[in-house]
Amino acid sequence: MPPAAAAEQPSSDALSLRVPEPHGRPGDAPAFAGLLNSRAGNVRRPPVDAPARGMEDLAASLIRVLDDDGQAVGPWCPDLSDPELLAGLGDMLKVRAFDSRMLMAQRQGKTSFYMQCTGEEAVACAFQRTMRPGDMNFPTYRQQGLLITAGYPLLDMMCQVLSNSRDPLKGRQLPVMYSARTHGFFSISGNLGTQFIQAVGWSMASAIKGGTAIAAAWVGDGSTAESDFHSALVFASTYRSPVVLNIVNNQWAISTFQGIARGDGPTFAARGVGFGIPALLVDGNDFLAVYAAAAWATERARRNLGPTLIEHFTYRSAAHSTSDDPAVYRPKAEHEAWPLGDPIERLKTHLILKGIWSEAQHTQAVDEIESEVLGLQKQAESFGTLRDGPPLSPREMFLDVYHEMPPHLQRQRQQAGF
Amino acid sequence: MTSRTMIEAIRDAHDVMMEREPNLVVFGEDVGFFGGVFRCTKGLQKKFGSHRCFDTPISENGIVGAAVGMAAYGLRPCVEIQFSDYMYPAFDQIVSEAARLRYRSAGDFSAPMTIRMPVGGGIYGGQTHSQSPESLFAHVCGLKTVMPSNPYDSKGLLIAAIEDEDPVVFLEPKRLYNGPFDGHHDRPVVPWSSHALSEVPDGYYRVPLGKATVRREGGAVTIVTYGTMVHVALAATQESGIDAEVIDLRSLVPLDEEAIIESVRKTGRCVIVHEATRICGFGAELSAVIQESCFYHLKTPIRRVTGWDTPYPHAFEWQYFPGPGRVADEIRLALED
Repeated sequence: MPPAAAAEQPSSDALSLRVPEPHGRPGDAPAFAGLLNSRAGNVRRPPVDAPARGMEDLAASLIRVLDDDGQAVGPWCPDLSDPELLAGLGDMLKVRAFDSRMLMAQRQGKTSFYMQCTGEEAVACAFQRTMRPGDMNFPTYRQQGLLITAGYPLLDMMCQVLSNSRDPLKGRQLPVMYSARTHGFFSISGNLGTQFIQAVGWSMASAIKGGTAIAAAWVGDGSTAESDFHSALVFASTYRSPVVLNIVNNQWAISTFQGIARGDGPTFAARGVGFGIPALLVDGNDFLAVYAAAAWATERARRNLGPTLIEHFTYRSAAHSTSDDPAVYRPKAEHEAWPLGDPIERLKTHLILKGIWSEAQHTQAVDEIESEVLGLQKQAESFGTLRDGPPLSPREMFLDVYHEMPPHLQRQRQQAGF
Repeated sequence: MTSRTMIEAIRDAHDVMMEREPNLVVFGEDVGFFGGVFRCTKGLQKKFGSHRCFDTPISENGIVGAAVGMAAYGLRPCVEIQFSDYMYPAFDQIVSEAARLRYRSAGDFSAPMTIRMPVGGGIYGGQTHSQSPESLFAHVCGLKTVMPSNPYDSKGLLIAAIEDEDPVVFLEPKRLYNGPFDGHHDRPVVPWSSHALSEVPDGYYRVPLGKATVRREGGAVTIVTYGTMVHVALAATQESGIDAEVIDLRSLVPLDEEAIIESVRKTGRCVIVHEATRICGFGAELSAVIQESCFYHLKTPIRRVTGWDTPYPHAFEWQYFPGPGRVADEIRLALED
């Protein structure tokens, strides 16, 4: 018998792996015990030019501004005007209404696919308020709030989702994989994590050219396992480039929980510490906390103080995509038990408490936004859907592969009859 | 006009373009202070500063990924991957990102950039310093793939690559860096200075991408090749006394199909020669192009001389490397059939 086979015999010394498991599976009660390690207002706020060394605690303590009653408390409480706060709420409502209509469009067969960001609206909507014209986001597929907050036309977004004759991306991209240079939104890849390092490269270019624009990189908790994530951290720290590195920890990478990319180790934010990059852990369902962390990080970048890593701690309430059913891998009511609540409800409560909003105004705003989005959807569908209406020319399929079409592609286009 | 090695010609192309194009940045492992392990970027950091020519962490994925972001910003990165064998960690960034950006964003963004990498064997590099991955790139829509065979073309093609609006993979046959190599490893190396194509003009000039050239005119058989194998094919032709026409492709994508077709229709016979392994190698594409366009002109089947379908070996290098003997044998077979 070869020696290797002998080692397969059970032994008291036999080694084994630990494969992490989430707190609950379908049928279990949701369990989030010990999740909240800090109270609202409890985490210190260092000056933006403080050195990274000595800031390690911020990668482990959750920055929260809105307390359970809706009061804004503590040193991270941002300086946002009433109109800005109301606009932030409006952006989040618009994102939710947009998601809802586009999900419906997919269910009706008008498009092939859709991805909502339900429960995560504050992350993108608050962050974008700290970006300026000329800055560039390198988003994942769940940051539609960046575009909507930046004022990109919903109609164009819908036409992309529907792959219709007005699709700005000419029917070449999956729905939700937007691209809008004018609105600081880089073309989405679909291969996870690839754009984290590209954002760093973009910010290095801005610095090389002596520009003033900064970049923001985006990745999900699961995609932090990709090599691009680590490449980005090593380049950002090496060259101290003006970039904000965002990790949206929404707990679930399709059916795989965030512990598979992390184990029981420190937070995702703590990965910045080893690179000497200041790192913040922030309540991603708290519009004010996200805004405050983003403002701190973007100011650091603009003042040439280098990169910041932010882990946005949130929860993906809806399915991963229209091709996913979360009921098969997580407790059914888990999203309702999320102890950090719903970002829209929390900001609404705060604004009512502040005396600048009311339940009646909120109901009216929701109605108005939903009817606006519905009207735009009808308009978008007049330009066709994936399956009906005026089609895109298949000629588009052969364009933009190269700057100038090479002879072999010209022949193929002629052969195809376009 | 100055006689230059291929290394000097490549360095000169960088120098000329960094003067002309303020957005050109050059980076990679050991590229800055040291000037690259093959010294292709020597002196650039000193002359142009460390914002335009710099060393990077050992992260091919990072080098190409950062270059994509820089190109999208508006810079013109020209990056070095130390050996093409090391490009695999960067493959996704090259294939899925650089090559696709213009298409997927409908022209909203693009990534004009050059990715240089030494390729090929003949240097006792074993299986991680000798690969010829050109067909992996040639298969990717949106990329251009270039491989020069001499100093003159190296400079002119690299300038054209840097100026190109699309991402270009620029493959440098490392066995040719310091002299032409005809595959006779047991003979003294001949320096570039005695070769006509080492006469490299000073200043700016271009060799257009997508244009092949005839290195030797002949009537009996067409040899289609590129890179180091151009010199091997010429040696095989000379030694066998066969009147072969030798076509140097220079660019694999775009491919100068007309040049190939015209020659094969004239000679009626074709031998394809490359260093890379045979299966799904670029020779397979060439063979199909010739079959489609020259079928009624072919007197004998198309033949291929390639590396064997094994990883590149260390101790058996000269059994692996397609030398002039193997090329001459296949030419004879092409003529006899």
